[in-house]
Amino acid sequence: MTAESVRQALYEVSDPEIPTISIVDLGIVTKIETSDTETHVTLTPTFAGCPALRIMERLVENKLKEKGFPNPKATTSFDVQWNTGMISEEGLQALKKHGLAPPPPTTGNDYAELLKHMPCPYCDSKNTELKSPFGPTLCRSIHYCNDCHQSFEAFKPVK
Amino acid sequence: MNISEKGFEAIKDLLYKMADDQLIIGHRNSEWTGLGPVLEEDIAFSSMAQDKLGHSQALYDVLSQMGEGDPDTIAFMRNAEQFHCCHLVEYPIGEYEFSLMRHFFFDNAELLRFEMLADSSFEPLSFIAKKIKGEIKYHSMHADIWISQLGSASEESKIRMQNALNETFPLALGVFEKGIFEDVLKSEGIFEGEDVLKERWMSAVSQIIEKAGLKLPEVNSITPSLGGRRGKHTEYLQPLLDEMTEVFRIDPSAEW
Repeated sequence: MTAESVRQALYEVSDPEIPTISIVDLGIVTKIETSDTETHVTLTPTFAGCPALRIMERLVENKLKEKGFPNPKATTSFDVQWNTGMISEEGLQALKKHGLAPPPPTTGNDYAELLKHMPCPYCDSKNTELKSPFGPTLCRSIHYCNDCHQSFEAFKPVK
Repeated sequence: MNISEKGFEAIKDLLYKMADDQLIIGHRNSEWTGLGPVLEEDIAFSSMAQDKLGHSQALYDVLSQMGEGDPDTIAFMRNAEQFHCCHLVEYPIGEYEFSLMRHFFFDNAELLRFEMLADSSFEPLSFIAKKIKGEIKYHSMHADIWISQLGSASEESKIRMQNALNETFPLALGVFEKGIFEDVLKSEGIFEGEDVLKERWMSAVSQIIEKAGLKLPEVNSITPSLGGRRGKHTEYLQPLLDEMTEVFRIDPSAEW
């Protein structure tokens, strides 16, 4: 039972609110410890107030139990602080597939500038506008595309 | 740097006041759910409420790890006199301009406080601060935009925003009330202190207020609303705590 085999298994656990992305591609799996008798996975929150945290811990434990790993336990810690730069390339594509504009790279001081013209996930146009920096979940903002006339959501850049 | 026993007492005091601020403003923000003047604002205040409760939980968790008991118990089983929040967060939501102005003053202070704490010698707090500052920027950004727009949108909006500013400012100054451990926090590298924070905050908010066409009162002519950090609260806190814990007190063993 190696850390790598645990990681592979965790590719099968998706974000409960965005089923196209795995928690590994989302970048929230920060530590995997294995021994003959214990399996411990550490997750880091995307947003501190994310209500899906406890659910994700349970999903991880259930998946590892199902795969036969010994005594799986998942906990959450801020020791590694998540930012949207930790989402993998596959993860960014998975967000887009779900209809969410993927977060562009951020310095942490350029949110307003980045949100102004987020590329539309449907037609790739940059002729878009920000409707609200707050959306239906903590990690999303709301936008409108002036070319394909669609409202869309973006996964907010955070750092 | 090694933190002394006194240092840990100082950290607890700091964590309580920050966590209590987050918890109470979070509940006040949530009172706009369903009542926001436009849908986007309804969502914004509801989202910020959720963020704030998450931030309070992260801070209560650290207190819990320091031996202060279960996070839910410390959050919900204390009386008003045991709370360390500032008066600014306690006030009812009032008219929208009051909530906006409070949001503006409070979240600009929060952003700067968490930026400072990202360098804290107390690692658990610096980790949380590094995370939370990235989230709070969305809060201060939201507030800054509205202050800028409503400061000059119409004659009525200008008057209402200025009145709200005058009403909120003495409360906002109460955010920077020092605790009894201020010197320990500074000497042990835990937090640079309320004076430094207040100075940075004044510089940040005065720039935005000036650009918005509003006027900040002379700081020296204002009596800050103090006492919150030492358990002396406004008449609004206890009723809010009663409301927040009503269901819990009916049946403490209930699970959901």
